[in-house]
Amino acid sequence: MNRIGNKLYQLTIHDAHELLKHRDISSVELTKSVLQHIANVEQKTRACITITKDAALRKAEEADNLIRTGNINPLTGIPVLIKDVICTKGIRTTCASKILQNFVPPYDATVVEKLKAQKAVVLGKTNMDEFAMGSSTENSAFFPTHNPWDLSCVPGGSSGGSTAAIAADEATYALGSDTGGSIRQPAGFCGVTGLKPTYGRVSRYGLIAFASSLDQIGPITKDVTDSAIILNTIAGYDTKDSTSVPYPVPDYTSYLTSKLKGLRLGIPQEYFVEGMNQEVKTVLETAINTLEQLGAEIHWGVSLPHTKHALAAYYILAPAEASANLSRYDGVKYGFSEQNADNVIDMTRKTRQFGFGPEVKRRIMLGTYALSAGYYDAYYLKAQKVRTLIKQEFDEAFQQYDALITPTSPTTAFKLGEKTDDPIQMYLSDVCTLPINIAGVPAISIPAGFVNNLPVGMQIISKHFNEETIFHIAYAYEQATDWHQIKATL
Amino acid sequence: MKLSHKQVKHIAWLARLGLDESEVDKFSYQLSNILKNFEVLQQLDTSGVLPTTQSASLSNVFREDKASESLSKTDVLLNAPRQKEDCFEVQAILE
Repeated sequence: MNRIGNKLYQLTIHDAHELLKHRDISSVELTKSVLQHIANVEQKTRACITITKDAALRKAEEADNLIRTGNINPLTGIPVLIKDVICTKGIRTTCASKILQNFVPPYDATVVEKLKAQKAVVLGKTNMDEFAMGSSTENSAFFPTHNPWDLSCVPGGSSGGSTAAIAADEATYALGSDTGGSIRQPAGFCGVTGLKPTYGRVSRYGLIAFASSLDQIGPITKDVTDSAIILNTIAGYDTKDSTSVPYPVPDYTSYLTSKLKGLRLGIPQEYFVEGMNQEVKTVLETAINTLEQLGAEIHWGVSLPHTKHALAAYYILAPAEASANLSRYDGVKYGFSEQNADNVIDMTRKTRQFGFGPEVKRRIMLGTYALSAGYYDAYYLKAQKVRTLIKQEFDEAFQQYDALITPTSPTTAFKLGEKTDDPIQMYLSDVCTLPINIAGVPAISIPAGFVNNLPVGMQIISKHFNEETIFHIAYAYEQATDWHQIKATL
Repeated sequence: MKLSHKQVKHIAWLARLGLDESEVDKFSYQLSNILKNFEVLQQLDTSGVLPTTQSASLSNVFREDKASESLSKTDVLLNAPRQKEDCFEVQAILE
């Protein structure tokens, strides 16, 4: 115990930072506490693919040396886990795929460089659905991850390793990636805070590509303050990512205030879908009432009629982009390569046959079909036009409302194995999150209550480059409730 | 829209993806099912709507045509399954 009152591995970034700054604790103590806790719980959660214990302890020592000289940044000496889709120089980066099982990147992703510039302590890499394709982390080629709230349930996905790790206190914070909900949906299932920033807010350099027009890296944290601290660090223009946007990065922590007076919040009716869990709906209604009590003006019955087309549009656009992006795995430059082949093309075909798992193959097939001669107009071009309509609908809504409030998912975490044989049912678990990637706007999932001891997430969406408003609302709600402080028992 | 085994094999060839017969069978069924769910899009009138390729409202991005530091040859070849004389090595392409 320390003067904050938590065990070291339970600390938030901002609490750990205060203790490190005042030299109440050292980074080595903090890192050892987290590593010991990983050793205690990892066999239950299976959140991690790689743990770099020795390197982490060396980095912690370096951080302590720096702090002794009076130099400390918000992330100095604080342990982080990174989703295994983000390149880490010299640390194996697998994408949870057999095809990249032994891939060691020769460079760091820009986000990792930014963390390292502050002397963050990288603990290792987290499990995920192979190539970030999935909603349960069951598509990992290595092993599934378990939800800390109920080990027989999935953690969600694709960043399920990162969210399970934070729910189980296996790191102070984690990074994930979100193409159709892959940060927010598992954050909701695991009862942690997960932000998908605006497309272009955070550099994608070194993020192994799934669907380049939808992918975005974001923080997975124990509270909203930590989320703002991480975005402060990782946001910004990068010459290595031409889709990152050269807007100034505000201090997001300066928007964390507790009154919502004057804010107009819309509740889009299409997100309270038929077949949605009624108890989840009740939890959301209660949360929205709390927002109203905090001073926000609530507008029920907002309509975004093209929401019902988002799922189909997404499952054309994302696989189409994926089928092009994944053509780089040809068995020549890096990764698994099947050498027992008749010729070069046969080598590539066999490499991909034995290297990719079923969901990745399914999406490559779907995307290749949608882009092939004779079907391009009917599927891919049509989906791009629907994308325009969905984006316009959000733009119009944000002329009237400061933010939209929805459930993060229609249900709580489902059982392992429950949806693995039915791709459509699995895809439907992202129905509330994927329209946001199509529009490119930012959204967060924060804990909003429980149904049968499983967490429920509330999604807060705002317009492009308006993460400030999201943090403001999320923080005010968090301060008025204590859901984020309730811990899973392992 | 029902995808035949022949169509599945053609798509797999375009994608340079080897499939065994049981996968061809499975994808014929699963992809047909997924495409059926996409029919909802065909009911939507999109005449006069321009396609969106990305959401960041960026136009073309250029940089100065100046060479800068890049990865060393050793780093580039570090993960190569086969290499020879500082090159990636593959089976002979020309007979």
